[in-house]
Formats: sequence, structure tokens, C-alpha cells
Amino acid sequence: MLTLVPRPESSKRMMYLSPIFALSATIFCGLVIFSIMSFDFATFTFTSNPFDPLVNFFYTPLTGRSGLTNLAMKATPLVLIAIGLAMCYRANVWNIGAEGQYTVGALAGTGVALAFYGVDSWLLLPAMFIAGALGGLIWAAIPALLRTRFNASELLVSLMLVYVATQLLFFLVYGPWKDPDGFAFPESRVFHTAARIPQLFEGSRLNLGTPIALLAVIGGWLLMGRSLIGFQIKVLGAAPNAARFAGFSEKKVIWLTLLVSGTLAGIAGLIEVAGTIHQLVPVISPGYGFTAIIVAFLGRLNPVGILLAGLLIALSFLGGETVQIENGLPKAAGSLFQGMLLFFLLASDVMLNYRIAWKRHRPAPRKIAQ
Amino acid sequence: MISVDIVVLTIVSIIGATTPLLIAATGELVTEKSGVLNLGVEGMMLMGAVSGVGATIATDSWILGLLCAAAVGMAFSLLFGFLTLTLMANQVASGLALTIFGAGLSAVIGAPLVGKRVHRIPDLEIAGLTDLPIIGPIFFGHDPLVYFSLISLAAVSWFLFRTRAGLALRAVGESHDSAHAIGYRVIRIRYAAVAFGGMMAGLGGAYLSLAATSLWAEGMTAGRGWIALALIVFAAWRPLRLLLGAYLFGIFWIGQLAVQGLGLPIATEFMGALPYLVTIIVLVIISRDSTKFLLDAPACIGKAFHPTA
Repeated sequence: MLTLVPRPESSKRMMYLSPIFALSATIFCGLVIFSIMSFDFATFTFTSNPFDPLVNFFYTPLTGRSGLTNLAMKATPLVLIAIGLAMCYRANVWNIGAEGQYTVGALAGTGVALAFYGVDSWLLLPAMFIAGALGGLIWAAIPALLRTRFNASELLVSLMLVYVATQLLFFLVYGPWKDPDGFAFPESRVFHTAARIPQLFEGSRLNLGTPIALLAVIGGWLLMGRSLIGFQIKVLGAAPNAARFAGFSEKKVIWLTLLVSGTLAGIAGLIEVAGTIHQLVPVISPGYGFTAIIVAFLGRLNPVGILLAGLLIALSFLGGETVQIENGLPKAAGSLFQGMLLFFLLASDVMLNYRIAWKRHRPAPRKIAQ
Repeated sequence: MISVDIVVLTIVSIIGATTPLLIAATGELVTEKSGVLNLGVEGMMLMGAVSGVGATIATDSWILGLLCAAAVGMAFSLLFGFLTLTLMANQVASGLALTIFGAGLSAVIGAPLVGKRVHRIPDLEIAGLTDLPIIGPIFFGHDPLVYFSLISLAAVSWFLFRTRAGLALRAVGESHDSAHAIGYRVIRIRYAAVAFGGMMAGLGGAYLSLAATSLWAEGMTAGRGWIALALIVFAAWRPLRLLLGAYLFGIFWIGQLAVQGLGLPIATEFMGALPYLVTIIVLVIISRDSTKFLLDAPACIGKAFHPTA
């Protein structure tokens, strides 16, 4: 029978091959699902070409004039958030509430934009960025405080705060921040020009947020790969006892990773409202905060890997929209794809630390307990 | 008297709000006692909710709807089991994957079901008893799943602490290496515990769509799967405290709805956020004493097992 034999040390090659395995398996499963959906069992024929939705999912979104722009804009928040989450996960700190940190960042930035509505100053945008970063930071500081001070699970606390943040968003957008001239629609005023993130090129929707995400990739790489604190984070995650003997402060690492990831998520939220939507609406995210968890793992918790993974997952968002329009499939096909990808990735990651071997006979353990 | 009626009605709705949490948490308790942390409860509940409605519409039988929800929940948890037990994947990441996948898949297969109503699971009518004033509606007028939730918790409690198989399951959760050394099949026992947890999560989800309401809505669990996980921490992995915690939470959930209904000048969004804030506060109070927390939790929770010999 097939058995798993531990490797003496984890395989570098499998680290890079595993995402490729996972993607291939996902595409194959996607094809099977699309085939079943386009197969007419009564007449035993395909009603449409099952490769059609596959092409529409992976290729069509990239064509056309704005294809790559759309991809970059969807990837920007994903990459920003995932860079921070990867730091947390490296340290075994389970921040899964980035969606809430993103929301509060967006709210804080919107608050500044609305407070200075009509003020035409170059200082406004930097102030919004600071507010957005602080918003995310504060929201992540709550699980950090409760974990370090009271030992409460940061995983559950950060997640519960997502629901609280959503309620806060609803309260503001249906209440005090509703556009007074908006015919009672739950939308804030549209931001004036000085409160919008400027576009990079004339005629393209691409804005300054994308280079900021790229900066975060470089910053994340420097911090994790080239600094003492990055080393401490990695040791603490991989061998907590060794880290304690070395005198690394666990609390410091918990605080740092949560605050950095909260800040990045807050900035991502701000970039979305000030760069793309230009106002506050009840739904400001298609689940970026949760999807970024997949991006972080798919990118091997490595900043450069996250950049590539962010682009792929961004494509799955666009692909979901395209198959909805072109093939009449549900838009959630995108999140289905993301979930499958993560499953296959986790499954093929077994090859990192184990190799498959063929064993003829394995004696069954005998029960001597009874 | 109107006030008595209101009290009775409140108690009945508290029971309704508690039951899905209790069913899902009872299943997860068994899973965690075997040393496996399955964070996919939310995803399994959503799959149970959607498949329950789908099967009930297709077969016109709520019993088949519930069976289908239980089977789907179990199948989903076995996916998690395969990843974490056979392939030794990280349990936290795999559980998150299960929740993300379940949310996506339930939205896709539930899209054609949105807006369709099913018949609610009928309440049991016990001749003579249900018609008693006050006591009747509180004790004898519920749907079968309410009784199922209490009976299954009692059964789980008995199984874990009064049977040899339950002892084996706890042994696997406390020290998988020792349990393996004396001959227990660690992986097999954990598979069974994970499957039971999945079945119960599926039923808990189906309670929401078939008994508490009578329809499917995307994301209708609204974090209840996560609250069930928090409840187990609150209960310190003890069945009786789980019952207490679930009912306290149910009282709270209905309480905030009642306050919203009174029309007090408090924002509904604030009341809507309260259950999650209370969960956080309770977690803080329970986890404060880290030594006690470590003693309560199954020692091997979240750790992968690979037999070396």
C-alpha cells in the first residue's frame, strides 16, 4: 500500500511545485464541473462547449483594453492584505479578521474625506491615508491586546470583530454619513477631487494604490528576509521553544505582526474607497479580507509569491464575473474556484515534508489495552 | 394575562435560537475532544442549510431534508479529515479552507433556491401535554430537533465520560502517541470524531433553514459556526457548561432582538453587533487564566499525528 515517509528536511522543490499541482487540479475540476453543467443527460450531448466557460474564466478577462488594469485593481487590496497576513501566519498568529480591519480603515479614511468635504488641499489625501492605516491598526490592536493581556484566541476575536465592523459600516452609511442630497439612498457623498487617489495615467482607472501594494511587497520581503525581527517572527512560528530560549519576546511578535497586518488591511480599505468607489456604500468588499488568506497560503507566505498568487486570485474574481455574464453561471463560481485551489494546495503540501513510498506490508497495531 | 404569554413566547424563541448552536457545538465538542480542531463549522452549517432546503423541496419530506443535510455535513467534514488526518495538513488552514469553500459552494448551489419557501419542520404535538397552559408550549410544543439537541448532548456526555470508547477518544485527544502505543487506532478514531462533528454541523445548519426559518439565504448562518467554536472554549470542553453557555447565548440573542423591537433610541446596528462583542468579552473572561485554560483543552488539539513505528 501507499504510505507517507517523512523527509529528513522539507523539500524546496515541492514548495514551488505544490501551487502548480494545485492549480492544475483546480482547472481540471473546473472543467469537469463546467462539463456536467453543460451536459444534457436527456439527449446525452453537450448543449455548449465546456471549454467555453473555462476560457471565459481564465483568459477573456485579460483581453480588451482594460483587462490588465482590472486585474491590477483587484489584485492591489489582495496583495496588500496578504503581505500582512503572511507575517502573522509565519509567527503562528492567526489573524483571520482582515476583512474587519479593511472595513474600519475604509471608514476612518471616509470620515476624514467627509469631514473636510470640499476642502481643496494636497494635505487631505495623506491625512486620509494616515486615518485609514490607523483605523486598521486599531481594529487589529484589539485582538493583540486581548491575546497578550488575557490569552484570548486572536483567531476568534479578530473574526468576531469583522461582524462588528460590518455593523459599524451599516450604521454610518445608513445614518450619519448618508448623503444629504442622495434621495435617502444608503450612500455617502461622492468624494471631491482632492479626496480621491490620483490616477497614474490619463484615461486609465489604475491609481496610486497599485504602486503602494508593490512597495508593500518589497517592504515585506526586506522585513521578513533581511531583518532581525523577521528572523524572530520565523523562529517563533517554526520553533516556539527555541525562540523562548533565545529570549525572543512572543508578545512583541504578536503585537507587531497584528499591527502591521491591520495597518496594511486598513490602507487596502482606504485605497478601495478613495481610489475605486469614491464614496462609502454598504458593500465595499467582495470578501478581500478572507480571500487574502488564500492568497497568503498560495504565495507560500512569501512576498514575491503573494504577488503572483494575488494576480491569479484577482483573475478568479474577474473570471467569476465573466462566466456570469457570458455563460449565465453564478458569480460565486469565483469563490468556488478559490476554495478548491486552497484545498488542493493544502493537499499537495503534504509533499513538502513527506514522500510517497510503496510498502508491501505494514503490521497493524495490536490492541493490548483491553 | 398578556405578560405571561410574552414570557412563554420569549422562552420558546430562546430555545429556537439556542438549538442550532447547541447541535453544532455538541458535534464539534466530540471532534475537539479527539484532538482535532475543525474551524470549518460555519462552512459545514451553510452546506447543511442549503442541502436541507434543496432536499426538502425535491422530496417534499423534511426528514429526508435533514438526512441529506447530515450526510452533506459529514461528507464535507471528511474532506477536512482527509486533508488533516491522512495528508497531515495544517488544521487551522484546512478548517478555514472548509469555511471559505462551503460559503462559495452553498452560494452556487443555493442560487436557484433563493426565495423558495419550504414547509417548516412541524412541532411535535403530544396529546394532552402540549395544550397545558405555560408548561405545554415551553416543554412539549417544539420541533423534534430541539429534543434531539438535548438528547444528543446527554448522549455525548455519557459516551465521552462513561464508556470505554469515549475514554479511548479522549485518550487520543490528550496524548496521541501514548494512545497509539497501547494500540488504539488514532487516525480511525479521529476520522469518526470528525465525521460526527460534520454531521451535527450539517444538522445545526439545517435547523436554521428548515425550523428557525423556512428558506435558504446566502450566508444565513451569520457567524453562528464561529460562535459555536467560541462556546466550546467557554464551556472548557465540558458538556454541561456547553448547555449552559449555549442557552445564555440564546437568551442574549433573543434579548437584543427584543430590545430592537421595543423601539428604544439605540441604533439597531449596535444591537446587531452586541452578540459578537459579548462573545469576545466571554472569551476574555474564560481565557484569562492561561494555566487553567491549558489544563482544560485537549492536550493534542490541532496537532497532526504520524505514527513513527
